[in-house]
Amino acid sequence: MAEPATAVVADAPLREHRALWTDVWLAFRKHTGALVGVSVFALIVVAVLFGPHLHAVDPQYLDLGARNQGVSFAHPMGTDNLGRDMFAQMLAGGRVSLAVGFTAMLLALVLGTFVGVLAGYFNRLDGPLMRLTDLFLALPLLPLLLVIIMLFRDTLRAAFGPESGIFLLIVFVIGVTSWMQTARIVRGEVLAVREREFVTAARSVGVRERRIITRHVLPNVLSPIMVSATLGIANAIITESALSFLGLGFPPDFPTWGRLLFDGANFIEITPARVIWPGLAISLTVLSVNYIGDGLRDALDPRLRGR
Amino acid sequence: MIRYITRRLLFAVPTLLAISFVLFALLDLAPSDPTGQLPLTIGPEVRAQIRESLGLDQPFAVRYVKWLEQFFVNEPLNVVEKITGLEIGDSSGRLRVRSWATRSPVVDLIVERLPQTLWVVGLSYVVGILIALPIGVFSAYKQYSWFDQIGAFVSMVGFSVPTFFTGLLAILLFSVTLNWLPSIYDTTHEVTDLGSLWTQLKQLFMPVLVLAFYNAAQLSRFMRSAMLDNLNLDYVRTARAKGVRERAVLLVHVLRNSMIPVVTMIALGVPTIFGGAIITEQIFRVNGLGQLLIVAIQGADIPLVQTLTFIFAVLIVLFNLVADVLYGLLDPRIRYD
Repeated sequence: MAEPATAVVADAPLREHRALWTDVWLAFRKHTGALVGVSVFALIVVAVLFGPHLHAVDPQYLDLGARNQGVSFAHPMGTDNLGRDMFAQMLAGGRVSLAVGFTAMLLALVLGTFVGVLAGYFNRLDGPLMRLTDLFLALPLLPLLLVIIMLFRDTLRAAFGPESGIFLLIVFVIGVTSWMQTARIVRGEVLAVREREFVTAARSVGVRERRIITRHVLPNVLSPIMVSATLGIANAIITESALSFLGLGFPPDFPTWGRLLFDGANFIEITPARVIWPGLAISLTVLSVNYIGDGLRDALDPRLRGR
Repeated sequence: MIRYITRRLLFAVPTLLAISFVLFALLDLAPSDPTGQLPLTIGPEVRAQIRESLGLDQPFAVRYVKWLEQFFVNEPLNVVEKITGLEIGDSSGRLRVRSWATRSPVVDLIVERLPQTLWVVGLSYVVGILIALPIGVFSAYKQYSWFDQIGAFVSMVGFSVPTFFTGLLAILLFSVTLNWLPSIYDTTHEVTDLGSLWTQLKQLFMPVLVLAFYNAAQLSRFMRSAMLDNLNLDYVRTARAKGVRERAVLLVHVLRNSMIPVVTMIALGVPTIFGGAIITEQIFRVNGLGQLLIVAIQGADIPLVQTLTFIFAVLIVLFNLVADVLYGLLDPRIRYD
């Protein structure tokens, strides 16, 4: 009868101690789609960051002698109707698109987490903040984004210069209109965590509210926040491209993937590559980010982990 | 149930008022001028007169309340008069929301554009649902089969690739390369005989395909997970144990119970398709509501923009309510009181 007990004791040291993130990584590694997603996304980010140093062609250089060219060694993705190098434009546009995606996601994440934690932790704020969230969810977002950008574009351009002005405006409007889902999820998680024993224990020894939130509540609601972060990047990149595609994003001489697609659409019969490359870049980025989010969600959910 | 609906309707009123105020204030704050597009030779006093004729010299509160009156009282009355033929009060002297660009009532413009949007967008939503439901049911029934795996990948692609890229790809394939379908939607085309019906179907094909694919991608996964939630429940085992045929178990017992969240989801998606239509209408040059909004925004036609965005907001609030009510109607276990 004593045998099984000793076996357990003997086994115990063999199973090494694993931290939460090791567990998450082990589960994440099993998700093929997520791994492919990470590789593709990393490849795109690296290409966009370091590509312009290797392919040192000015994306705005007009070469009217080489218009609408196909693929060649000098122009790996051909040229547009003004002889600008498409590959250089794609790399430059990718920087802007990804930068918009990351910053807008960060803004939405900070706003959403802030609202969600406040609403979940403080009963007094729950009602008003959730009504505010409902109100934002009832706004017609795409029309509203278009209206805001149209109306405030010129003012911000005058204030911050043509490029950073529109960048700030687009990041701001996308961030301010996409925090609601994060807020709802975070609130739900905080409501559950708040009632747990370790929070009661912390409160009973006199830890201040702010410290309870930052040290005890926030780390425990990190996983839904991370999943919404990945989805937020995908959403922000799509929204920025949609705005640019409708002609209300960045100015024409400031390429983003959406803008390139918009400009290329008019030349679809002459140079279809001008539509395919930017469209493919947007789609691959969003697809890989969505797969990463999928894998993260599976890996972070302890009920699914290890299955 | 009636009490619940009334309470929700009463609650929708402050929500809509708040949204209308936000929209109105936003458009009012914006530095835009209705006379900005006019030639420079027009002097400042004439510009001031134009602004006065548009009612812009009035204070903000007055303009807001007047707009509310026009939207919630005058225009519904006009619609009622048009349908019934009755005349309620002074109908010709009633103030209407007028477009700055065309000077015609905004509601008339919307009524003019609505059929195109409903045709293209509505049809694509229906087609999307019809594609998504069987795929969802089958991938749940054969979970982790190759069909399910491919379905998961295709729906991930459909969900990630934006409609403005799939739309352009479709144009590239069907219009530029194969030259089968027109890339521009002709709204003046009238269906009179079989030949013109064929033309209509041809021009509907691409926009409907693109939007339907996008809608189906999301819905099929949702249908699948709703089916999976039900497939392992006790009542399914009971049905099988007493010898109900597999087909009946799946399509009668499981499907009907799984449809509850799916129907709600479909209702919730209706307003978003109007938003998504903005892009699709732009790709295929359909002159529907989305295109009207884009033109209005580019021309800084504030009353038109205001009314259109507010109508989108009304749709969202309305269909949220519809979804909640449907949920209660379909699932008797849900009690609202």
